[in-house]
Amino acid sequence: MRCFGGGAPAVSPGCCPGTGSAQSAGYLGAGREEGVVNRRAAPRPGGALPQRAPPPPVGQAPVAEASALPIELYYDRGNHHEFVSLVKDLARPGEVTQSQAFDFEFTHVEKPYESYTGQNVKLRYFLRATISRRLNDVVKEMDIVVHTLSTYPELNSSIKMEVGIEDCLHIEFEYNKSKYHLKDVIVGKIYFLLVRIKIKHMEIDIIKRETTGTGPNVYHENDTIAKYEIMDGAPVRGESIPIRLFLAGYELTPTMRDINKKFSVRYYLNLVLIDDEERRYFKQQEVVLWRKGDIVRKSMSHQAAIASQRFEGTTPLGEARTPGPLSDGGSRQ
Amino acid sequence: MSDTAVADTRRLNSKPQDLTDAYGPPSNFLEIDIFNPQTVGVGRARFTTYEVRMRTNLPIFKLKESCVRRRYSDFEWLKNELERDSKIVVPPLPGKALKRQLPFRGDEGIFEESFIEERRQGLEQFINKIAGHPLAQNERCLHMFLQEEAIDRNYVPGKGLGEKDY
Repeated sequence: MRCFGGGAPAVSPGCCPGTGSAQSAGYLGAGREEGVVNRRAAPRPGGALPQRAPPPPVGQAPVAEASALPIELYYDRGNHHEFVSLVKDLARPGEVTQSQAFDFEFTHVEKPYESYTGQNVKLRYFLRATISRRLNDVVKEMDIVVHTLSTYPELNSSIKMEVGIEDCLHIEFEYNKSKYHLKDVIVGKIYFLLVRIKIKHMEIDIIKRETTGTGPNVYHENDTIAKYEIMDGAPVRGESIPIRLFLAGYELTPTMRDINKKFSVRYYLNLVLIDDEERRYFKQQEVVLWRKGDIVRKSMSHQAAIASQRFEGTTPLGEARTPGPLSDGGSRQ
Repeated sequence: MSDTAVADTRRLNSKPQDLTDAYGPPSNFLEIDIFNPQTVGVGRARFTTYEVRMRTNLPIFKLKESCVRRRYSDFEWLKNELERDSKIVVPPLPGKALKRQLPFRGDEGIFEESFIEERRQGLEQFINKIAGHPLAQNERCLHMFLQEEAIDRNYVPGKGLGEKDY
């Protein structure tokens, strides 16, 4: 690794990309954006992401300085809030007359949250290379997508409830879990206890609610991600309607609660019954979504691989782990 | 809990359905027909009444069959009562047809057959929509409209069937 100019970061000899872990898995879309996926699941010793800065344009005016920094940024309808920012100088002021490559490295970058692009809020990680010049700077940004990975929660009870309208409609609904991973299947059933209305059909909707702002300026954005018909026709008392809804087909993110005290993203299952006169009867129920890590380490035994995935944080193996938002109290050692 | 490669998508266990429930009549039977329009009275004091026949097996209605005669203004009364007392969005009635009540028309005005038929259909749609609404079924005015001989415009509005002479 060559480094130009004084003050450039030293490079640890043990660092090389691609050994077994989940860094730089290539281009992946989170939402519809492209970026390099940087998985929090696999901390590496000296885990750096050596990269090449884009070559500056040739033949420009004298360069003041060049710098690169990873930034984690939160947008809220025009207000930017940076929550982590690291800067490394790459070059001293001077002139650039031909293509040059500058290597750099950021070790142990804090990536506490998952990247998210929503209707009122955007959380992004990116590298920004800046060439400061007298009149105008040259800036190039490259987005990095960060995913937060979790493992199977220890406690995952089913959701079972009896709801209805007095003397009119009574149903008992059941979903097999309360926490689902993003490629999971919702298995459930609806049991009709009393039907005194003429039902035309029944569907399940997945609703995403993004909550931004604090205090009096709280905004909720509801988005129906999916509508899935589970029954067509009029049921009678005693009938059971099965539910099998595959989540992998929909664009979902994990449940995010109070990220940086700024926003939340929560998911709800909405069971809707529609009668002959287009009246809608519904019951909304929150479910927790989490992202399952799917990288398998070839260098470890299967057991060790599972054990190493059982954490929720960037702490490497052997250090104390703090329970993340999805676990139900226990943290494994 | 070990990672499973394929999710378990088997159905949840459910109680088998009782056969009398499966093959018996559904407990949501409610049909209201509006038919047999008749114009009563003479000259300026004429008006049209319609027969409102209801058949149901819903327990909330006292009578399983009823037949009453109502005129357009009775429907208007019902609509106003429901709009005032309940939180329902009440469906629209067929038009009042004020233009048809002006003199010097070429046709029979509001007693024209085609108009009466149009109005009959609109009233039938209206009453079926209303009567099937769970919140409207709680209102005294609806039960009085459908099942009592005459509408007592001085009634006490309320939920539930209220006092009745047994």
